[in-house]
Amino acid sequence: MSGARGFAWGDKLVVASIALTAGIFVVTAVVGLIALPYLQPVAGAGGLWNTICAAAGLARPAAKPASAIEPAYRVSAVVLTSDMFRHPGAQSIGHGATIAQECAICHGPTGVSRADAPNLAGQYAAAIYKELMDFHAGARVNGTMSPFAANLTEQDMADVAVYYAYLPRLPGYHPNVSPSEPRIVISGAPLRSIAPCGACHGTLDNKVGAPWLEGQPAAYIKAQLQAFASGARKNDIGQQMRNVARRLTPQEIDEIAGYYSARDPAEAAR
Amino acid sequence: MFNSARLILAHLGLAFVLFALALVLGAWQMLVRSPLHAWITDPEWYYRSLTAHGTVMAYGLTTLVAMGFGYAISEAALEQPLVGRKFAWAGFALLVVGAVTALVPAVLGKASVLYTFYPPLIGSPFYYIGVVLVVVGSWIWVALMSINLQVWRRAHPDAPIPLAMFAAVAGAYLWAWTSVGAALELLLQIIPASLGWTTTIDAGLSRLLFSWTLHAIVYFWLIPTYIAYYTILPRAIGGRIYSDLMARLAFVLFLVVSMPIGIHHTFADPQVGAGFKFIHSAFTAVVTLPTLLTVFTICASVEIAGRLRGGRGLFGWIAALPWNNPIMLAGALSFVMLGFGGAGGIVNMSYQLDETIHNTQWITGHFHLIFGGAIVIMYFAIAYDLWPHLTGRRLPALGLLRLQLWLWFIGMIVTTFPWHWVGILGMPRRMAYYDFSDPALAAQGLPVTVSAIGGFILLASGLLLVAILIDGLRGERVDPGPYRFARAAHASLPLPAPLNGYAVWIALMIGLTVTNYGFPIAQLALGRGMAVPVVYVGAGP
Repeated sequence: MSGARGFAWGDKLVVASIALTAGIFVVTAVVGLIALPYLQPVAGAGGLWNTICAAAGLARPAAKPASAIEPAYRVSAVVLTSDMFRHPGAQSIGHGATIAQECAICHGPTGVSRADAPNLAGQYAAAIYKELMDFHAGARVNGTMSPFAANLTEQDMADVAVYYAYLPRLPGYHPNVSPSEPRIVISGAPLRSIAPCGACHGTLDNKVGAPWLEGQPAAYIKAQLQAFASGARKNDIGQQMRNVARRLTPQEIDEIAGYYSARDPAEAAR
Repeated sequence: MFNSARLILAHLGLAFVLFALALVLGAWQMLVRSPLHAWITDPEWYYRSLTAHGTVMAYGLTTLVAMGFGYAISEAALEQPLVGRKFAWAGFALLVVGAVTALVPAVLGKASVLYTFYPPLIGSPFYYIGVVLVVVGSWIWVALMSINLQVWRRAHPDAPIPLAMFAAVAGAYLWAWTSVGAALELLLQIIPASLGWTTTIDAGLSRLLFSWTLHAIVYFWLIPTYIAYYTILPRAIGGRIYSDLMARLAFVLFLVVSMPIGIHHTFADPQVGAGFKFIHSAFTAVVTLPTLLTVFTICASVEIAGRLRGGRGLFGWIAALPWNNPIMLAGALSFVMLGFGGAGGIVNMSYQLDETIHNTQWITGHFHLIFGGAIVIMYFAIAYDLWPHLTGRRLPALGLLRLQLWLWFIGMIVTTFPWHWVGILGMPRRMAYYDFSDPALAAQGLPVTVSAIGGFILLASGLLLVAILIDGLRGERVDPGPYRFARAAHASLPLPAPLNGYAVWIALMIGLTVTNYGFPIAQLALGRGMAVPVVYVGAGP
């Protein structure tokens, strides 16, 4: 042994420490990466080597099943990221305004509807874009909207979206007496896995692709919740709205529709 | 008196002021989510508070105490003035600036991502930059601890490093290495996303990198407590360290085996292979060794004190201990909480047992008991022990100190035992409200109410601590004499050379990091198509 300051790598304590540490690692690695995978093969991994790779965490492409089950309806294929539509150009907004003249008959010349169609003035661009894309692809079907969207290009839809997002938000045409805040809206229902509506729809936070709801026609909100609940509308990618709507009572659907239709869109986050 | 008394006081003072503020948030959180309070209408406020509470307690309190206590040890154990005091003040300034930079966006609700970051949630860049500044400030401390030791060793080429300094520098090196994981996550993944440079993030890799930091950081928090066990407690009660060698062994074991175990935090994560989960689980079992060694050595050291005070027989020495002494009391209460918390921890590290309690309130109970309880109560003891040496003034009556320590102990037990219980019942953690009116959850209402009461006992204890320390700034002047650490029963034992340095242990620490983390990190970092869109919290970039 050398002096108190230095030490030799041949020192008994050093050799023992390194050997012990290496030994523990080797034993645990053999057990964790070889023995346990061998004793408890992962279903479908196929072969010891594949099992070991799975134990090491290597992501391997799953074998294609003989017959994949395709859904009987079109699935929404829109991918949204939070940086889309962040800085729309004036030309894009102007082009959108031109196309939007077709929309005014239902959605109103100022983007506020007198016909129980959704109000679009100041709506989040991502929400409008996603719905147009889904109408265009057939992931969402509506007798009026589907034919309009069929003829739009992807750029047209993005431009319409940023145009409406650019318009100032205006109150809806149906100022009911403001009902008290329904518990289902404010708190959701934890045991039914229902989050507060505002957690995605703009009052507490906005999740990309979700629209704000304040001032939207009660008939429209109610019809959409019923369509999600029955499965007639299926373009929510993670089934997040279908799962919520299925667990709502009819009375709660009425409360939500009545509550939101009476609110002022200024309350939703920008 | 210390030459750097103002520096040490600044660190400890800021630590406990932040601690008291975060305690208020903690008590509020416990109240609003219990049946005693109506559901809050905006759950974001809960997560905002939780983020600030966790950030202050995990990064602020701990780092400041480790740094302040470290400087005190460097001066007192090495008996030399602190080298590089200006740099130490610069490090402190970075911490203050970092804390403000991180907490302002957190308070404004722009960073409600919790202190563990949770990508793909992304908050304000200022929050993360603030945390980085805190870490960089602490790296200055790491460098200063190392430099002070080198200066001392040049003057004392053949002497064994004093135990307290040996342990403190081991803690500093551990922190330097373990903070690298979160630093990589912040600098390479999260901050670019929060600045809007990237819009997707490999959240699985982020979680793995954070786990690199997340478990060993606990031992960085714990080292000041263990230093207090070994070097303050026996001295305060008139005993001796039973074995200086065993103490050093415990600290180098922490250096080696704290690191390669963090994947036990990601048992439920699909991106980590089951084989590596097993390896980390097994190494987590090994990390109980330094704690078991410590429990033995400290009990033996305390027994020496009891017998020196005339205690006889198998248990008579326990009665002979100076139970009026707050340091004795803190040590004993800390050990009780360490025992329960450690037992719970062994459940968490077991791959299968973890399944039942993963992400339940059990986990919250566990880390509050072992960190908030066993570790933090010794931070109080450290502050009480150092305070007269820093201020040159007497602390208030010892009875008040004991009351504060008892309140903390009782509060922590009342808070965390019911949490463990409701965790077993399946209560998830990190929720702003629970529907206790539902028959499935009704049984959890009473324990949750009890734990909320515990939260307020803890708040009372924390405020009493701050009051005592403030009172200690104005007390009667005393000359506390030089600050000393406990001596070993057999100081003359020749010290094996490897235990008088760090090279072997740092090599093993880095080696085990490579073996236990290298492959999982590499396969995620090199993999393609694993990134997910980021979700901005509070506001866009």
